[in-house]
Amino acid sequence: MSIKHLHEYRDPELSRDIIEQIKKESQKQIRLMEVCGTHTVSIFRNGIRSLLPETISLLSGPGCPVCVTAQSEIDAFVELAKRDDVIIATFGDLIRVPGADSSLQSQQASGRDVRIVYSTSDALEIAKKNPDKNVVFLGIGFETTAPTIAASIQAAHDLNLKNYFVVSAHKLLPPALSTLAENQQINIDGFILPGHVSVVIGVKAYIPFFEKYNIPCVIAGFEPIDILQTIHMLVRQIEGNTPMLENGYKRAVSFEGNPKAQSILDTVFEPVDAAWRGLGVIPLSGLKIRKEFEAFDAQKVFDVQLTEKEEPKGCACGEILTGYKIPPQCPLYQKKCTPIHPIGPCMVSSEGTCAAYYRYHDTQ
Amino acid sequence: MCLAIPSKIVKIENNMATIDVDGVRREASLLMIENPKIGDYVIVHAGFAINKLNEEDALESLKALREAVSLIFDDHKQK
Repeated sequence: MSIKHLHEYRDPELSRDIIEQIKKESQKQIRLMEVCGTHTVSIFRNGIRSLLPETISLLSGPGCPVCVTAQSEIDAFVELAKRDDVIIATFGDLIRVPGADSSLQSQQASGRDVRIVYSTSDALEIAKKNPDKNVVFLGIGFETTAPTIAASIQAAHDLNLKNYFVVSAHKLLPPALSTLAENQQINIDGFILPGHVSVVIGVKAYIPFFEKYNIPCVIAGFEPIDILQTIHMLVRQIEGNTPMLENGYKRAVSFEGNPKAQSILDTVFEPVDAAWRGLGVIPLSGLKIRKEFEAFDAQKVFDVQLTEKEEPKGCACGEILTGYKIPPQCPLYQKKCTPIHPIGPCMVSSEGTCAAYYRYHDTQ
Repeated sequence: MCLAIPSKIVKIENNMATIDVDGVRREASLLMIENPKIGDYVIVHAGFAINKLNEEDALESLKALREAVSLIFDDHKQK
């Protein structure tokens, strides 16, 4: 695949043609939800909402890893950062999310050792270079990221590294789809399924969900043509009353997914009930570190307690994550809550719905 | 955040690859890739290649899409 083909997936002429087709075929009022933060950003960046006919509403779902991380988990991360013996290693977005009393960024400013890493390999290097400190990696993300974190635990195990730990706050996507499909208030007509989560779990992982709810589903890539094509496929399914589970990102997603990634994930983690911001506790939608690897489990080693505290007053992140509200309906949006001074995680992360709205909405 | 741009493998050493995206080079682990080869295009996430891209499928999808669109447009123009 050369960059040339990538440009073809951004071809304005082909985009216009697909949009015309969508306009021709779309009759019913429908609500489609994307459940991937990168799709949210791509939809905004490419101005896709403004190009669609009025019959189609696009909703942003819980697809941003930072945004769905529960308040109690953020607070636990901050508590870990306060320890003198700990170096926190984390992906960048997380450090600005306000906890109940503080954020990782505030801890860093007050002298705590919080380091942003690009991958878990960087975190392992920090552990090797600092044998007298405990390096704690904050494991957030979906099925795409979880295998990379599992791989770091396996590597630490093989290297006999005694000072590398992981907090596993990962989330699994298919269980969240069920929660969304069951919510009568949101009333979703079709799902734009995530691209790279699907690279790992494959089309097959959605079959139980699809068979139970019989709701139109299409796996999408990230380029404008990918997204428009997916919307067109969903419109066809809905107009023809023929719900299907389709793959619109065949160049990257197979039926089986990536068996190596699945195997690494399954070796290290097992499913567990997990709390999501906005969606509450969803059965078997999280991952915990298996007993064989518990020596690397920061939650056990440092006795991390998750305590539920109130989410920021007035913040509508929870309702925005489920598509129940859009950012301008939040009383804090653009007033108290901006990308410079975010109050909720949806404004913190660049792929949060509020941040995407703030950046792109007024220009459309 | 997913990086949607395909990365080209330009060097492989100890199951680590040097990958190139439009001239920008980085390291990525090949732990999750079956039979990686120099010249393969991969999707990279958080320092790990998570899949090889299938060029045949990429071209086929585009071709099918163009054909579908042009058929409808010819139809449209005739009306």
